[in-house]
Amino acid sequence: MTDASTTQTRKLAPARPTWHVVLVRPETMTFFLLIFGLVGASYLSPFFLDMNYILRSFTLTAEMSIVALVLTMVVISGEIDLSPAANMALSACIFAWVQDAGVPMPLSVIVGLLAGLAMGALNAFMSIRMQLPSIIVTIGTLIFFRGLAQVLAGDRSIRVPDSFIGINTVMVVGIPLPVVIFFIVAIILGLVLGATVIGRQIYQIGTNQEAALHAGINAKRIKVGLFLVLGLVSAAAGMMAASRLGSVRYDLVLGGELQMVLMAMLGGTYIFGGRGTILGTFLAAWLLVIASTGMTVANLLPAIQLTVLGILLIVAIIATNFIYARTQR
Amino acid sequence: MEGLPMLIEARGISKQFGGVDVLSDVDLDLHAGEIHALLGENGAGKSTFAKILAGIHRPTRGKLRLNGQPVDVSSPIAAQKLGIALIHQEPISFPDLSVAENIVMGRQAGGLLSRVPWAKIIADARRYLDMLGVSLDVTRPMRGLSIANQQMVEIARSLASDSKLIIMDEPTAPLTPREVDTLFNIARRLREEGRTIIFISHRLEEVRMLCDRVTIFRDGAHIATQTIDSISDDEIIKLMIGRTLKKYMRKHMAAIGETALEVSNLSLPGAFEDVSFTLRRGEIIGLGGLVGAGRTDVARALFGVAPAASGQISIGGVGATINKPSEAIELGLSFVPEDRAGHGIFSTLSVEHNLTAAIPNLIAPSGFISRKREHGISSQAVDDLSIRLASLRQPIVELSGGNQQKAILARWLLTEPKILILDEPTRGIDIGVKAEFYDMIGDLAEAGRAILLISSELPELLSLCDRILVMSEGRITAEFPRETATQESIMQAAVPRTGMAA
Repeated sequence: MTDASTTQTRKLAPARPTWHVVLVRPETMTFFLLIFGLVGASYLSPFFLDMNYILRSFTLTAEMSIVALVLTMVVISGEIDLSPAANMALSACIFAWVQDAGVPMPLSVIVGLLAGLAMGALNAFMSIRMQLPSIIVTIGTLIFFRGLAQVLAGDRSIRVPDSFIGINTVMVVGIPLPVVIFFIVAIILGLVLGATVIGRQIYQIGTNQEAALHAGINAKRIKVGLFLVLGLVSAAAGMMAASRLGSVRYDLVLGGELQMVLMAMLGGTYIFGGRGTILGTFLAAWLLVIASTGMTVANLLPAIQLTVLGILLIVAIIATNFIYARTQR
Repeated sequence: MEGLPMLIEARGISKQFGGVDVLSDVDLDLHAGEIHALLGENGAGKSTFAKILAGIHRPTRGKLRLNGQPVDVSSPIAAQKLGIALIHQEPISFPDLSVAENIVMGRQAGGLLSRVPWAKIIADARRYLDMLGVSLDVTRPMRGLSIANQQMVEIARSLASDSKLIIMDEPTAPLTPREVDTLFNIARRLREEGRTIIFISHRLEEVRMLCDRVTIFRDGAHIATQTIDSISDDEIIKLMIGRTLKKYMRKHMAAIGETALEVSNLSLPGAFEDVSFTLRRGEIIGLGGLVGAGRTDVARALFGVAPAASGQISIGGVGATINKPSEAIELGLSFVPEDRAGHGIFSTLSVEHNLTAAIPNLIAPSGFISRKREHGISSQAVDDLSIRLASLRQPIVELSGGNQQKAILARWLLTEPKILILDEPTRGIDIGVKAEFYDMIGDLAEAGRAILLISSELPELLSLCDRILVMSEGRITAEFPRETATQESIMQAAVPRTGMAA
């Protein structure tokens, strides 16, 4: 096929202006929404800009936010996991049940963490080794883990010892410990994703797994690793929730998987992989807290709050995709 | 032959894809009741022409007449109504529906909500299969039928819509010799009924056995139409390849050094068999052959993407097992794949991230990526290969095809490979950039790298390579040193003539 008509000197696309580059970053929209939420909420209620109140509210969702940070990496790699909330509940139930049966506390914690790791391994085995779609696999394990938790705990609450209760009341330089952990995890994962080879390869796998394979990148190993880390972190988050609540029931953070996915999506993570940042999910976690506490102090009905959150997600996704599509030629 | 009435008259059919002429001003007459072969190299425009007749593509220019009446084949449905059917090489069907439903598909009378006339569907389907002399349980699902039987179902479907023109696009490639016989008998029977068949194939033997006339396409143009008895195989091959492109010459030949890669008896059932060759430093070996001859499969096996089932690979005189690309890279291999978009680039990621994808240890000696190092390495690579871009940060998909390809080549050169496998490196690239590529490939050989070049462009193989191996149906069928290789000899070895697929 000869192609004499195309000239050699094809016009080059001009480099993008900086504002353009910033605007299409996945977390830009989240950031604007966050500012908008802060201004709006403080306008609705003068009591809102009480830092302690916001921080205390954040502790209620800090565990899920931590898990959402890891989930973000899983989604960027082109997979998804809908089971972490169920994992949190089952790990916490196993932990509480084991220590209720007389196993010493440190050992119980390890058992809980191992349980979470095993759940991650199950997801990894089916999604990566058996190559089943992870969305189906983890819907299955979401129900399975939740069911096991119910078998184990029945309808009762398993108490945890008093010495274990109250992670949310521990203050580090005036900030509740769960929030501090969230910050630390965000910084670590942000560095891993943004500045290491593994992080770079997660984006490459999520963009084009075949090309990643041809470039010598071990996509399977990285994805398995991500599922394992997600399982482990979910278990830790489950036990943090147990400490905050003082007891464990099978319905711990019931439906939390949607909120985690919401945080990742609101932070600009692309559901089909390849795009997204830890900073985006970090900002989105704050945005959700500020939006809901803002609405609470403004005395909005819970039903309306839910509606607003739904609209928020839809607007964020439309805006991000619109800007992205506009700037791609 | 001349006495037969005219079925199709195509005049000035042209097709452009993205500004590239795929077909230009093709005139072709098809008689009623003939079997007409379409021949040509890969990319000569045979399939495009077939798809225009079948309404899958619309011609950019040109007119079609059917039985003397001007027609507009605007869609596959229009083609079906006009009595034109295309039988695909790998039949497209509805695997979970029954054979009968697949045969009468799209022709059921009645409204959307009317009752399905099962008894009639089954009876009709049986009747059409009987016309072909094929016995199949029409109530069984398509899934699990052999490819040959799936083709029969497609042919039966074309009878169900009373097709006057049946186009078979390389139908025999996946068939066993016995199945080929059955297909030919059916084709002849259809001819007796006054139907016309277009038969697209690479196998001259089959064309000679079956067809009445042949038409040869080259570079999107109609070259010749002759009765099969009035043209020899050698003449056909000559017409298929005769080119006007000016020849590119390598500036220097590199000194050939010690053995870099030795492959012996490499086999992967269904893809290639008993492949052996030796590649030395500074040498460029060309791998010629038709699409589907197994060349890419050999490359993928060497690079560990889809490892061979048996055989030995030794690199630098040491036996090697390569089960995944990372192991191949470790051993000094590089592979520029044919499918750039699917296997090469990370389209939405930056040029920089694309360039450094295969050298993680170089850009992150401490574990953390050094932006400065990465930037230095990638700007150097951009300069070395004169990749035209606006910024290293721009998504690679914004670059032209040739520059994307240079970036992929640059990615691999950064790994300092001893052995480079290039699979159709200049496909879809402007002529000017092509020459640059040829220079680069020559320079790489001079620098002592061993190069395996897969190409379907014969002039490219002839001008660049020290030796040319030709593959056909999974086997190496010929080896030519640079001096004695000609387009004719390569094509002779590439075209399967026996028609006896394994």
